[in-house]
Amino acid sequence: MSETNDVIDRELTMSRAMVESIAHEMRDNEEVFYMGEDVADYGGIFDSTQGLLDEFGRDRIMDVPISETAYLGAAVGAAQEGMRPIAELMFVDFFGVAMDQIYNQLAKNTYMSGGNVNVPLVLTAAVGGTYNDAAQHSQTLYGTFAHVPGLKLVVPSTAYDAKGLMHNAIRDDDPVMYLFHKRLMGIGWMPAPDGPKTPVPETDYTIPFGSADIKREGADVSVVTLGLHVHRALAAAESLAAEGIDVEVIDLRTLVPLDTETIVESVRKTGRLVVVDEDYRSFGVTGEIVASVADRDLGALDAVERVAVPDVPIPYARPMEDEVIPDAADIEESVREVVSSK
Amino acid sequence: MVSPDRIREMYGDMLTARHYEERLQEEYLEGKQPAFDISAGPIPGELHLAAGQEAAAVGVCHHLRPEDTVTAPHRPHHVAIAKGVDLKRMTAEIFGRESGLGKGKGGHMHLFDPDVNFACSGIIAEGCPPAAGAALAAKKRNEDSVAVAFLGEGAIDQGAFLESLNFASVHNLPVVFVIEDNDWAISMPKERVTDVEDGSDRAAGFDMPGVRVDQDDAVAVYEAAAEAIGRARDRNGPTLLEVQVHRRMGHFMGDPQTYRSDDDEEAALARDSIDRIESELRDHGVDDDDLASMRDDAETRVEEAIAWAKEQPQPDPEDAYDDVFVNPPSGVTTEEPEFELAEVNADE
Repeated sequence: MSETNDVIDRELTMSRAMVESIAHEMRDNEEVFYMGEDVADYGGIFDSTQGLLDEFGRDRIMDVPISETAYLGAAVGAAQEGMRPIAELMFVDFFGVAMDQIYNQLAKNTYMSGGNVNVPLVLTAAVGGTYNDAAQHSQTLYGTFAHVPGLKLVVPSTAYDAKGLMHNAIRDDDPVMYLFHKRLMGIGWMPAPDGPKTPVPETDYTIPFGSADIKREGADVSVVTLGLHVHRALAAAESLAAEGIDVEVIDLRTLVPLDTETIVESVRKTGRLVVVDEDYRSFGVTGEIVASVADRDLGALDAVERVAVPDVPIPYARPMEDEVIPDAADIEESVREVVSSK
Repeated sequence: MVSPDRIREMYGDMLTARHYEERLQEEYLEGKQPAFDISAGPIPGELHLAAGQEAAAVGVCHHLRPEDTVTAPHRPHHVAIAKGVDLKRMTAEIFGRESGLGKGKGGHMHLFDPDVNFACSGIIAEGCPPAAGAALAAKKRNEDSVAVAFLGEGAIDQGAFLESLNFASVHNLPVVFVIEDNDWAISMPKERVTDVEDGSDRAAGFDMPGVRVDQDDAVAVYEAAAEAIGRARDRNGPTLLEVQVHRRMGHFMGDPQTYRSDDDEEAALARDSIDRIESELRDHGVDDDDLASMRDDAETRVEEAIAWAKEQPQPDPEDAYDDVFVNPPSGVTTEEPEFELAEVNADE
């Protein structure tokens, strides 16, 4: 790969960046193909495959029956034969239909075979709420998939990250779940916040899993988050800066593996930890992050707050959805809390 | 022979359902102009409208009683109307209001009206197992109620559907599975994703009758459903019934339908089940004035429901925390009794 010193100013939406990396890998490797519902002519309901049908045709950009167990399981089987399928769950909420293939086959076949079998499959899925799609179409389920051993789990928050992480996902010989937040994709009918659209190199590049990215440096409070909430945390940090609170925002980028080192180093510096995500509060990501830091260096923790979806399904009506999905104000409040408590 | 009165009743519900979808489309698009933002306007989120699918819903549901169970998929309004779901409270739910069927928590894909045993789910084919379950309950209790699961033709490749057919057949359950074949699973035409041309052919593998009504004809559906529902009510087992319907609008509001040819869209619009039932009524001597007055009645019903819904209060943000459980988290008790228990292995 040739390095260049030119400043990269070509900006892409997150969906364009994802698609660019997929197209690159498909050109390089004939064994890469994409399966999912409405991924061909429609180009993915959330633009995850826009334009790919034209270049690669129906054999490699495959519309599939609404049979998640069959096509995700078939992707597992093809991957075990050495192909490199990318399979898409239109909404992560549909996981339940094919849970066995994900939880008991995809995640475990490598281990159960003593490493004799591997499953180079990328399972993509749209996640997240904020647009009133109610309880069966708004979840992130980060914790659900990070919980079972055997799946690497990627959650990009910017176009730059999305591309580099996708290259790494497709080339990885293990199963990777790649969860993209609908609100970040840059879809015409679902306006994205400022932030996910970034400069993106035209060349291919890989971002290692387990390398959290400090999206904003700060001395007072460590805010650890991922996905959409990286941008909400950055917005909160800007407001708090006016109050003289200097917030560090850590974007995990992957949950499995988890970059505990970067989090602990940050907390050692600030002493205060606020963990933010869009998954359910209990038995999930926020608790895990706090526990990981406590395991490593309990003494570094002066104050802790968690900001997550309270333990209710995502309600439909706007006032209630706004109540349960954390926004920048919720993050600010928790940051002020840890600052005032210690 | 279907009685003229029954045809009139079905026509009334079809007009109501059609006008309802057209009015919801208008309401939905309000606030989403000029740029379409899915989370804006008085009805946010996804909206799947069923204009063109009325014949299947009324033809089947007009055989049903309130105690019969119906499950519908993500495109549920016409089925709900035909089943007699409270239109005002359903509309309030779609507008996300406190007095909606689900207090604003469910939204349009998740409507529950236990008064008439209606429910729907946003996940494809997932209404099939609960319908089989309602039928199982009726059988266990020796009641003559039946259950009906509605699903789209895209759902017939789903395990939940196929497993339910087998379960219902093995247990001889009083349930009817109704496939509404509108030719499209979002952007995927059925010939690309399904091996059989007629979904009703699936029945052969499950030892039950499979019947297809090949046109958007409410009266023909009513006649076919008479046999299927009757079979269920008489404890003669399940039936798979398929009805050719058509999709007059996109999969969801905002669907650009760029994958669909103009010819296909025009052909769908041309085979209007409402025109068909209207001509049936004319054959029975119903005149223009009568038809117009039925149309007015349907429109009034819809307008009243929408007006009522829009007057209802928004839920409080704090309401989001209610209704996760019906019992307290501790269950039916907060206290554990005290027993004197022998030591385990005490006599060894």
